[in-house]
Amino acid sequence: MFKSEAASWFRIYEMFQFNSFHMYGIIGSALAIGVLMIQIIKRYKIKSAYGEPIVIPDKAMSFSRYAYGGIIFGLGWGLAGACPGPIFTLIGAGFYPILVVLVFAILGTWVYGLIAKKLPH
Amino acid sequence: MIALIMFLLLYFGKNFGMSSNLRTFCTICGAGKSNEFFNFDWKTQQWNLMVSAGAIIGGALAAHFLSTDSSVAIHPDTITKLQDLNINSAGVSYLPEELFSMQALMQPKVLLILSIGGFLVGFGARYAGGCTSGHAISGLSNLQLVSLYAVIGFFIGGLFMNHLLLPYIL
Repeated sequence: MFKSEAASWFRIYEMFQFNSFHMYGIIGSALAIGVLMIQIIKRYKIKSAYGEPIVIPDKAMSFSRYAYGGIIFGLGWGLAGACPGPIFTLIGAGFYPILVVLVFAILGTWVYGLIAKKLPH
Repeated sequence: MIALIMFLLLYFGKNFGMSSNLRTFCTICGAGKSNEFFNFDWKTQQWNLMVSAGAIIGGALAAHFLSTDSSVAIHPDTITKLQDLNINSAGVSYLPEELFSMQALMQPKVLLILSIGGFLVGFGARYAGGCTSGHAISGLSNLQLVSLYAVIGFFIGGLFMNHLLLPYIL
């Protein structure tokens, strides 16, 4: 994550400027392999390590929660330049101000939990 | 690499998503008592926690042992644009020093940027039921239509912030 520079604020900024293929390459290649892998798992009914069939829960069907939630997430992503994965990478790399982002991300999650029932889903 | 981790988690009967950890932290801290959303057995999430612990260790190893020069070679046009916004560390350092150095943290504006950014990420990720890893990678890999809605949402939000709000914020 660190070496691919996906944890860099600059790369995220650049991605939204559409100035480089870099981030799209990272997400795209993970996605291409992922699609292939899941199709293989489904086609050949590969069992998990515990001998049970692998079941991937479908995401709940809805439009509004994904659209609203997605836009809110995107605003934060564009501002802080970090999504939940790279936050951890950056802590390890010694960029301690990112701890502020982490604490507030946890707080945001907590507030969502509190008011979830009042939001359109 | 990212896809490989997803395969391993699926293989061991888990699902891959980083932002789930944020909810898990809430639960570990006792939020389950005040709200049912956090009332689940967090031990079922330990593999995702392991991935985030691994990400911390990986970040440390990569930054301290595998990198001599961690500057990020972004596109020259992007560098110019950032310099116009007074982000002069573009192309020189890994993160903008104007936002992620200890000195910058002393400025209320920077503290506000990081706090609000973090809050929106945490809130939005849970509202949308996933973040970049959970939707753009896991969800789209499983050809989930709703993950496409979410990813389009990520980009609407991100582009709006990047093009319309950031120039005023920075």
